[in-house]
Amino acid sequence: MIDRIGRSAVAAVRAAGRFGQFLADLVHAVRDVATWGRLSLVQMRRLGVDSLPVALFISAFTGIVLALQASYTFTGTVPLYVVGAVVGKTMMLELGPVLTGLALAGRVGASVAAELGTMKVTEQVDALETLAYDPLAYLVVPRLIAGTVMVPAVVVLGIVTGIVTGWLTSMSLLDLSTPEFVKGLKFLYQFKDVWFALVKSASFGLTITLVGCRLGLRTRGGAEGVGRSTTQAVVISAMSILVLDAFWAVVLL
Amino acid sequence: MIQFRDLHKAFDGHVVLDGFTLEVKDGETMVIMGRSGSGKSVALKHVVGLLQPDAGDVIVDGRPVSQLDREGLMALRREIGFVFQFSALFDSMTVGENVALGLRRRGLSEEAIAQRVREALELVDLVGTDDQLPAQLSGGMRKRVGIARAIALRPRYILYDEPTTGLDPVTSAVMDRLMVRTRERLGVTGIVVTHDMRSAYTVGDRIAMLSEGRVRQVGSVAEIQATTDPVVRQFIEGRPE
Repeated sequence: MIDRIGRSAVAAVRAAGRFGQFLADLVHAVRDVATWGRLSLVQMRRLGVDSLPVALFISAFTGIVLALQASYTFTGTVPLYVVGAVVGKTMMLELGPVLTGLALAGRVGASVAAELGTMKVTEQVDALETLAYDPLAYLVVPRLIAGTVMVPAVVVLGIVTGIVTGWLTSMSLLDLSTPEFVKGLKFLYQFKDVWFALVKSASFGLTITLVGCRLGLRTRGGAEGVGRSTTQAVVISAMSILVLDAFWAVVLL
Repeated sequence: MIQFRDLHKAFDGHVVLDGFTLEVKDGETMVIMGRSGSGKSVALKHVVGLLQPDAGDVIVDGRPVSQLDREGLMALRREIGFVFQFSALFDSMTVGENVALGLRRRGLSEEAIAQRVREALELVDLVGTDDQLPAQLSGGMRKRVGIARAIALRPRYILYDEPTTGLDPVTSAVMDRLMVRTRERLGVTGIVVTHDMRSAYTVGDRIAMLSEGRVRQVGSVAEIQATTDPVVRQFIEGRPE
């Protein structure tokens, strides 16, 4: 028993050490702007722009459901313009960033881990090194930058989409006028809500890409290993998003 | 000159190299042969710092590879071309982009890069394939692109990891001819890791037999062919026991 605990402790310390070394190498790789500068734009399109359809789809239906559930909850108790407040506040503070983050953990996290994992097991990462490239500067830094910059951008568009569909639902199904909905939106709005959503989403984007890159580059064992890394990347990214969500709520609210 | 000095390497307690010592002289092609899993590729990867030794070192022109800092290692890698067993081509890039990637790192102009890519593809008889993706090529063609990517850098050394594995006899012979031609035209020092005896006899100036993590015998092609060492004889004759 003690032997097993000891081994687990040693393994944990080793893993922490390896991750620390990875972060130190990453800091060094950031200096190689000539390598990652051009590639970051490509990744921004792939990780950000290409993720828009799924993110907007989720946000659109979230906005509809929020408006309907708010109306169901508040009818007969408080003025119905509160529906606007609930849709706006909930989309900005919670559902916009978290649902988009979870969707991108699946789409982006899996894609990054699978791509880098395949490159690892087919020696493409080794080939990069023999061509005198730093794989972290070539593969990891562009993805981290793309994730950190583009996930907030996608989240903002998602929030706007959710609010618009919530407004359309309120007008067409709840007999709520546009001025009433806007009144509700303004009622509880604070500028802090916007940057709270941005900070949260940026941390989600960084985490999703960091986990995908790290697990992808640690892949071993062919196709089975790639599958394992991909699954782990999605699960760990999704769990990290929920932990970060609670963390930012404690720290910033 | 490349010197393997008392190289030791183990993975999860499994010893792969156990005092591997070998000297590769400038201008020669050294073949390292041995059974599958004997550590030939592992030894080769130490030359470019893809693996760190547990003990011992590889010395390239007086530079101990494991002691080099990041910049020193990058400088060393600029002098060495590495041809991977399964080509390791970047599958999202065209053939031309694959060959050009290492040249871009060296800061050459686009004109010079295009010229070098053309020359390298010409040397491996793949003119006109620039715009094709690796997935569109046969196994032999992919290996030749791997060689083109290495020689386009005009390296001092070329390391070939199992260049004929998985190829039919005719394509293997083409690869052998290509390796000989590369040495004749570019005058590079080469290390070829293989278990293909016909290839070893064709491309090697000297052959080293790797067994149980160390060099069992090293000698010219004629010396290896005439060996009386039972382990080496068994290997070159392909006898199961």
